[in-house]
Amino acid sequence: MDQAIIIEKGIFIVVIFAITMLFAMYETLAERKIAAWFQDRIGPNRAGPGGILQPLADGLKLFSKEEFFPNTENRFLFIAGPAISMTTALMTSAVIPWGDKLSIFGRDVVLQATDINIGMLYVFGVLSVGVYGIMIGGWASNNKFSLMGAMRASSQMISYEVAMGLAIVSLVMMTESLSLGEIAAGQHSWRWNVLYQPVGFLIFLVCSFAETNRTPFDLAECEAELIGGYHTEYSSMKMGFYLFAEYASMFISSTILAILYFGAYNYPGMDWVESVIGSNGANIIGIIVLFAKICFFIFFYMWVRWTIPRFRYDQLMKLGWKMLIPLAIANIIVTGIIILLADQNL
Amino acid sequence: MSIETISLSGRKKEVSNKKMTFLESLYLVAIAKGLWITLGHLFTRKVTIKYPEQTRELSPVYRGQHMLMRDEEGRERCTACGLCALSCPAEAITMKSEERKPEEKHLYREEKYASIYEINMLRCIFCGLCEEACPKQAIYLTKSRVMVKSNTNREDFIYGKEKLVMPLDMAIRNTQMQTAN
Repeated sequence: MDQAIIIEKGIFIVVIFAITMLFAMYETLAERKIAAWFQDRIGPNRAGPGGILQPLADGLKLFSKEEFFPNTENRFLFIAGPAISMTTALMTSAVIPWGDKLSIFGRDVVLQATDINIGMLYVFGVLSVGVYGIMIGGWASNNKFSLMGAMRASSQMISYEVAMGLAIVSLVMMTESLSLGEIAAGQHSWRWNVLYQPVGFLIFLVCSFAETNRTPFDLAECEAELIGGYHTEYSSMKMGFYLFAEYASMFISSTILAILYFGAYNYPGMDWVESVIGSNGANIIGIIVLFAKICFFIFFYMWVRWTIPRFRYDQLMKLGWKMLIPLAIANIIVTGIIILLADQNL
Repeated sequence: MSIETISLSGRKKEVSNKKMTFLESLYLVAIAKGLWITLGHLFTRKVTIKYPEQTRELSPVYRGQHMLMRDEEGRERCTACGLCALSCPAEAITMKSEERKPEEKHLYREEKYASIYEINMLRCIFCGLCEEACPKQAIYLTKSRVMVKSNTNREDFIYGKEKLVMPLDMAIRNTQMQTAN
């Protein structure tokens, strides 16, 4: 391995980290702005033009807050909770293909930190570790509301991971690859997976809402009943880390939705664009297209938040185990039959 | 029409517990409808009033800051009869009367005047009953847009005569306008 590739990947990882952070930062503003628009208000508009500096002000406020420790024996775990949440939220971005190859100074630069051939499994592995951040935080808080919130969150995340995994199985049967790079490349121009796997997409979408603890599945922190759930006892930047991790994982989950089902960086007419302005130009447009899709999904998360009320706990479990999982299994069977029939015809 | 079916507001809806059809039980149609409704709100006119820059439109019968009037010769109208204090439901008005001395004839219209006249702005509810009670047309609630400023000191909310009596130059201007007519 030559040195250039290490420098190249290093720069790339820093850029991706910065972009994820930037997105997470401005998602907090977008959340408040969009919530306000849906409620016929204007939203924060005092810090900077149109409220553009609001996230900085929020961050500064969190930093200057009192660092509070509850009366708990598990001080280490109390600090580890938000750290694990943040780490897992950021780790997923390692396997995401942000665009096609770019050629810079005669080198082919792959816009992906690493294209491991089990990318899908890696994403799921990291996602399931994310539960620990919440569970450890809730446990170490030494508070029954935190613990109940953490229990709800972890049971919800574990239940919905099953349906999510099954939804992905039918996708993998179709694409015949677990590598995110190949899945993205396979959806050339308009052959987006959502057109072939609409049911799978729907299941995956619902599960991503549950995985990121967003409304209508935000039982983990339902303000009215659990006073904030697992982060009740947290203050200052540890609280900020939890919130930040939540927004970062929302960004990552939007990215994964866009990559798996909405054609990643592919867009209709990309071949024509490539023939006109060359492959580099076409690929840069592809990156912009990917980010447009991500922004749409982030908006969709917020849109749904102000549309659908929160589920009851038993409804949540019923939806996960009795509806989504059988539906996902049926989807696998139907996909299998169709693939088999298509193979025989060929 | 029987009493069960009549709907005065026109918004009465029968509640039914009928079993949902398969399509309804998926909730997908309902969720799509809900999303459409919220999307509509994204583009409606925002109701927020950006306060320091914009102020709320006031009603034509708006009642603001009180003013103790002067007559056309610039003399105070108030005779300290106490009817405003009596009529005040919030008991916000206190006053102390004094007899007018011969050399003060140009200052006060009646033979008795209010040496102290205070309204507690924390108590006042701006109902306008003092204005209605006044036999001398001395106290009025103006359409002034100046709101009572917030403060940490309770004493500052008790407005005395220096804040309530009509400024002299305003009285002069009023008289000039009246004579011009």
